[in-house]
Amino acid sequence: MFGNRTKTAKLNGRESVFVKRKRTFTLIFVSFIALFLLSSLITDYNAIGGFLSLPKAFVWSIKNLVPNATSWPRVPLIFDNLVETALLSVAVTVCSAVCAFFFSLLGTRTMRVNPVVGRAVRIIAAFFRNIPDIVWALLLLFAFHQNILSGFFALFFATFGLLTRTFIETIDEISASCVEALHATGATNLQVVSQGIIPSSMATLISWILYMIETNVRNAVLIGILTGTGIGWLFDLFYKRGDWGAVSLVVLAVVILIIVIEMISTQIRKVIM
Amino acid sequence: MGDNREITNFTALNSHRCVRMTRGGKIKTGADGKANLVIKITIIALLGLTIIGFLTFDYKDTNIFTAILDTFVNAGIMFGTPRLSHVSFSGAMEQLLVTFALATLATIFGAVIAFFASLLCAKNIANPIVANVVKSFVAFVRAVPTILWVFIIAMSSGLGSIAAVVGLTFHSAGYLTKAYAESIEEMNEGAIEALKTSGASFWQIVLQAIMPSSIRYMVAWTFLRFEINFANALAVGAAAGAGGIGFELWMAGNQYHDLRELGFLTYIIVIAAVLLEVIATKVKEKAG
Repeated sequence: MFGNRTKTAKLNGRESVFVKRKRTFTLIFVSFIALFLLSSLITDYNAIGGFLSLPKAFVWSIKNLVPNATSWPRVPLIFDNLVETALLSVAVTVCSAVCAFFFSLLGTRTMRVNPVVGRAVRIIAAFFRNIPDIVWALLLLFAFHQNILSGFFALFFATFGLLTRTFIETIDEISASCVEALHATGATNLQVVSQGIIPSSMATLISWILYMIETNVRNAVLIGILTGTGIGWLFDLFYKRGDWGAVSLVVLAVVILIIVIEMISTQIRKVIM
Repeated sequence: MGDNREITNFTALNSHRCVRMTRGGKIKTGADGKANLVIKITIIALLGLTIIGFLTFDYKDTNIFTAILDTFVNAGIMFGTPRLSHVSFSGAMEQLLVTFALATLATIFGAVIAFFASLLCAKNIANPIVANVVKSFVAFVRAVPTILWVFIIAMSSGLGSIAAVVGLTFHSAGYLTKAYAESIEEMNEGAIEALKTSGASFWQIVLQAIMPSSIRYMVAWTFLRFEINFANALAVGAAAGAGGIGFELWMAGNQYHDLRELGFLTYIIVIAAVLLEVIATKVKEKAG
């Protein structure tokens, strides 16, 4: 079948799309295998052990990761910490979104004061975005110690960098024509922001904020393990004690929280977008 | 952490919104009452939750202003005078390579699993019942944060590269399944229908219609996921002690209390992340 097509292709004097396609797939496949072997070598990863770990983990989880009589009384404590983590991710996202919104206005093509400021804004955003939040957390732990604020600022910096860039892109894409039109009528900057940018891009910005809240809940669990706060701290505590019943409840609580947040944001997005 | 980078791809989907259109293509005029109301309620709810958060947080009587000032001084030491003292430069590079490799393995496994799973749950080719079951399962897998997967695997297999790779793979597979399925669902119905009526088998449809039209998106998503996995591998190394340069970060910060080493390792990571982004952009351009 393929031979036939190759012949047709050669008759036309160029490669057939099928030959090209086959070569692309082969190339992708071979590079996957090569990367896999190389990476296994570097990390001492044992593929068979990896596959065997799944049934092992499954059986172990069914046996041990079950809430028991001693874990139920921990529900109020788990709930309190879950609420703290949820509120932390909302607070972080809202604060960084507000800061990022005003900061990104300086970086947009349409609103920026001048190209130098615009460039500087992007570089500052890139700085905050490219430093992982765990680095911020480890740095903040020096001064804040195990405190919710180290988690707050760590997530704040990372979210701020990310949202600034996203907001710049969104505003440039969505509001450019409205802004130009408003500027042409002689509107002041304040009028342009309140009458042009906010109405036209608010739905998209809200969608991003909701998305970042989801992401930040996951990140807050991890950061909480480092900073000793919220549900991450509780997970670490029960885990180190080997209190598997309580660990299972914590995992369940996190899963429910994330699914609920996802569902709410999906519903909101459906209406506003 | 790390899921952040997926944002980039989102934006493209939400462009051209200056003119709001109805489903029928008419331009919406006047106030879009319901949407505006929901936006207002959302903003008020989020602000309310933020205020409640700040009022209820336990600040453990830290002096915030001294702590902020100290952090500025610390950041100055960290970024201004980076120096390695407990780990050698070659050791740090080796650990960086380990983190890369962990991310690569998780991405490859995630991509392979997600490819087959997405064929089972893309609306236009899968059985609707199977699709719903797979989608719900994938949603559950995605809801458990990566770090918890790593700990769960570590409970039975011990902490090491297996726990890290398998733990990272779970979330990658869940995430990529959703992304792949969406790119398959976006493709032209006609091509699949035409192949179906001409009697093509399922795998012929996959190889001749779906793969060619979706491969670009799939490659783009996979690269994005690799960047996320790199960040996740760092985080998992730091929080779970699963090895790699993330673990070195944690040692420098939490065990040796060495700001300068933390700074040097951070520079290594940032340079690696930027290089990764440049390479990813190049590959995406080529694939596109």
